Amino acid sequence: MLKETASQTAGPYVHIGLALELAGLPPRDEEIGPQLAGDAAKGEPIELVGRVIDGNGDTVRDALLEAWQADADGEYQCQFDLAAPFNSFGRSAATAHNDGEWRFTTIKPGAVALADGRRMAPHVNLAIFARGINIQLQTRLYFDDETDANAACPILNAIESPTRRQTLIATRETREGRTCYRFDIRLQGEGETVFFDF
Amino acid sequence: MPYNDDTRFVPRDREWHPPAYAPGYKTSVARSPRQALVSLVAPTRSELAGPDFTRLRLGPHDNDLLLNFREDPALGGAAGLPIGERILLFGRVVDQFGKPVPQTLVEMWQANAGGRYRHQKDRYLAPLDPNFGGVGRCLTDADGWYRFRTIKPGPYPWPNDVNSWRPAHIHVSVMGPSISTRLITQMYFEGDPLIPLCPIVNTLRDPEAVATMTGRLDMARSRSMDCLAYRFDLVVRGAVQTYFENQG
Repeated sequence: MLKETASQTAGPYVHIGLALELAGLPPRDEEIGPQLAGDAAKGEPIELVGRVIDGNGDTVRDALLEAWQADADGEYQCQFDLAAPFNSFGRSAATAHNDGEWRFTTIKPGAVALADGRRMAPHVNLAIFARGINIQLQTRLYFDDETDANAACPILNAIESPTRRQTLIATRETREGRTCYRFDIRLQGEGETVFFDF
Repeated sequence: MPYNDDTRFVPRDREWHPPAYAPGYKTSVARSPRQALVSLVAPTRSELAGPDFTRLRLGPHDNDLLLNFREDPALGGAAGLPIGERILLFGRVVDQFGKPVPQTLVEMWQANAGGRYRHQKDRYLAPLDPNFGGVGRCLTDADGWYRFRTIKPGPYPWPNDVNSWRPAHIHVSVMGPSISTRLITQMYFEGDPLIPLCPIVNTLRDPEAVATMTGRLDMARSRSMDCLAYRFDLVVRGAVQTYFENQG
């Protein structure tokens, strides 16, 4: 069996390749951006916002995030199509331009079924790429107003430490009349976010 | 490949990939988790599926960096070509079983011939090239092949050790069939003496792993009196079908 090509950091200039406008480059006709859901998408419109914080407590201002989530019915829309009201995939970046705050415009995902019929609590898969990160960090964002579903989620419960499970729960707040969930990702140290291998 | 409930991917060999904490690469020190990763021994639909970009509308020059940037749009087609070593960068995306990965998104970005990035944060004194942006993307064809036309990037200094220089490299990003196969790497150029000196290359412990990131000069695919060619194949995690699961 062949070995997988080895990973390397995305480096400090990842934006020129994957988030052109934030690098100061003109965007192409179609870009993969931070809007997963348009106005016509079914489901509750929400924003996901947060920071990436390093082991010193400082905000990382050169991270790229990729989001992957189900639609309101808990189904993945694998065919990426900017003409569709909802896409399961999106990209956002935390840079000096947005004061190190990444943001996705989306809808709240539905619960996703496991192969055995059990359901996972609503969640968004996030991958974090940045200078200093040699292979992307993979985490999940859960919602703090899904207490019962979270308590029953097989994946959250696979985390041995109940204290650490809390690092995956985003906090609901209202900002400028819009519902958003805040999710700070702590790469290292106190309150370190859980990262997955899968 | 569409998502299938029976699909499993070959587990990542995290001794082969670079570790999160690699102190020779200083930025990794404060950006690496101290806790162990939590392993999902039975990955779910969330991890097994991934985006298909066949409906992403690509521009005619998205994979041609010799033509896809003009600093002054008013110059239009009359603008010049970028300065530097003209190369084709091509290769095949396969999985660990050697199976081609068709119709998958390959993206790349790079510095110009002098090692300068067209990014607001890059203040290196080597100048920008008015005819070079440094970004490309394409989908692999039905047999897994991708290709770009570009100029060979230059090495550049960076503040790690007091005199650290990156080897010439092109950042390469591939999605593959799933978010489980998602990979970002860097392609280095065969024979570059900066490769063994680089703290980022040296985050890898196995010289064979470094070899997987080296683009090879391919004279057969070079074009006489026009451009050289480098071949860089990408290997993403292998997909296997599971049998007898939940049948105890």
